[in-house]
Amino acid sequence: MKQFFAFVKKEFFHIWRDKRTLFILMGIPITQIIIFGFALTNEVKNAKIAVLDYARDNVSQQLIQKIAANKYFQIDKSLYSYQQVEPAFKEGKIKMAIVFPQNFASDLLHGNKAQLQFITDATDPNVATTLVNYANAIVKDYQTDINKTTVYPYTIETEIRMMYNPELKGAYSFVPGVMALILMLTCAMMTSIAIVKEKEMGTMEVILVSPLKPFRVILAKAVPYMLLSMINVISILLLSVFVLDVPIRGSLLLLLSESLLFTITSLALGLLISSLTNSQQVAMLFSFLGLFLPTTVFSGYMFPIENMPIPLQIISNIVPAKWYYNIVKAIMIKGLGIASVWKETLILLAMTIVLFTVSIKKFKTRLA
Amino acid sequence: MKNEPVIVVEKLTKQFGNFIAVDGISFEVNKGEIFGFLGANGAGKTTAMRMLCGLSIPTSGKAKVAGFDIYQQTENIKKNIGYMSQKFSLYEDLTVKENINFYAGIYGLNENQIKDKINYLVHHLHLQHQQNTLVKALPLGWKQKLAFSVAIVHDPAIVFLDEPTGGVDPVTRREFWEMIYDASEKGITIFVTTHYMDEAEYCNRVSIMVDGRIEALDSPKKLKQNFECVSMDEVFLKLARKATRSE
Repeated sequence: MKQFFAFVKKEFFHIWRDKRTLFILMGIPITQIIIFGFALTNEVKNAKIAVLDYARDNVSQQLIQKIAANKYFQIDKSLYSYQQVEPAFKEGKIKMAIVFPQNFASDLLHGNKAQLQFITDATDPNVATTLVNYANAIVKDYQTDINKTTVYPYTIETEIRMMYNPELKGAYSFVPGVMALILMLTCAMMTSIAIVKEKEMGTMEVILVSPLKPFRVILAKAVPYMLLSMINVISILLLSVFVLDVPIRGSLLLLLSESLLFTITSLALGLLISSLTNSQQVAMLFSFLGLFLPTTVFSGYMFPIENMPIPLQIISNIVPAKWYYNIVKAIMIKGLGIASVWKETLILLAMTIVLFTVSIKKFKTRLA
Repeated sequence: MKNEPVIVVEKLTKQFGNFIAVDGISFEVNKGEIFGFLGANGAGKTTAMRMLCGLSIPTSGKAKVAGFDIYQQTENIKKNIGYMSQKFSLYEDLTVKENINFYAGIYGLNENQIKDKINYLVHHLHLQHQQNTLVKALPLGWKQKLAFSVAIVHDPAIVFLDEPTGGVDPVTRREFWEMIYDASEKGITIFVTTHYMDEAEYCNRVSIMVDGRIEALDSPKKLKQNFECVSMDEVFLKLARKATRSE
């Protein structure tokens, strides 16, 4: 055991001496969270809009106020004729225009039916749809308000409810995604590089000649990166809770244990990579192509797996990150317990065992 | 000293598919002896050495290293041997002290022993002012001496040196060989491969491998007599030219 600790200590020296890598390792999750959290979101905040109000009655005024008060919209200008709408878009500042026709209030209050037009800049379809959804929600909300005072509420309400994520926050899906990605990268890539480095330096030979058992060597190499990864998990979770307002609804303990399991899975993958190559560059390339890309593409946090062709959907099943992503989403966002994720957990566990067996075997045959 | 063999090899063979890397070699090495293990590239030196270190399982034949069987007792062998490769096998991003600490640690030395070792080695190698210096900042010659000291930090019965003097200047090489003699006097057996024939002259006995077989084994003096040569260089060339295979 003492020999093992001597080894682990040495690994920490390596990590500590290589400040640049350490900085990148600890910095990646923070920058990722910040980039994803503030730049790459589906949310649209403070979208500039224009209002063309032909009605100028109290209903239209009330609605405009409601829209203006919302954090998603910011009324940039008021238009006076339909001809001004297109030039306003062409200026490029506004994302949406709302047009109230004449007699809006009387149509609504007497005819029980009024029309309202949303014109959006669909050069960016995602933003356009999101804005229309937000505006619709505000109008529906207003409708509910006035129906309360009406004796005969004729209007049929269509209710859309966004379960678990009513505000359609992007952070809800990418926090689990970033966690999967970061763990994969720190654990698998760094472990494989650390082992391959010893092969390159020639120190692996000396270690193998020493009485330290190969399994212990591998473990000692992996322990520091496991610790670093868990620190990363915690920093991601802290950032998401306190900066991005993403809740942890389920058990924190369960979430951390599942993360530890996934860390071990990544580690096993890293070992496999290190046994397939002898140079750090190749290990890096392998990790990138073999781990980073599949993780981003097939875990489901960037591209919905349901929309993929069947063969790709099948392939996605062998990507460990997909299962971890689903587990984290279930625990963190939906607040589910082990009863709902035992299947995914078992799959991860099985993958880990298979990967470990294969890589230890590979490591040993290299010696014979 | 003569009658105390620490390495006993009998018809040791290693075959990779159809290729016979080591072809039934037999020899003995005595305690405290400096044994030169020569051969051209591809002659099978490295494979033979790997088998003796317990890194590779022989196809057939018998061998005992430090009294332990190379099939069954590789764990015991590993505890009793040291190893130094031509890459010097030190960690460049660790300090002198940390390197000694690490290697002593993985051989299971306890804290006091490690402390004594560090003190002894630092003084012995005149590295008092460099003990907290990163190894990458040391000159090549010092790295090499440190690597050797580290390879015998656990006082092994045998130390295997795989081309330990590659790329080092003649003066440092000479100093290095003085360290080897010191170790040998303390009873550590030295098993060394080299391409420098002047170094072969320093060995007590030398074996020359050609195409997986040992073609000659004797003291440098006797080898020169038997092959009617003036230097080991000539002996080596005479034998190595017979080789039919290259790398």
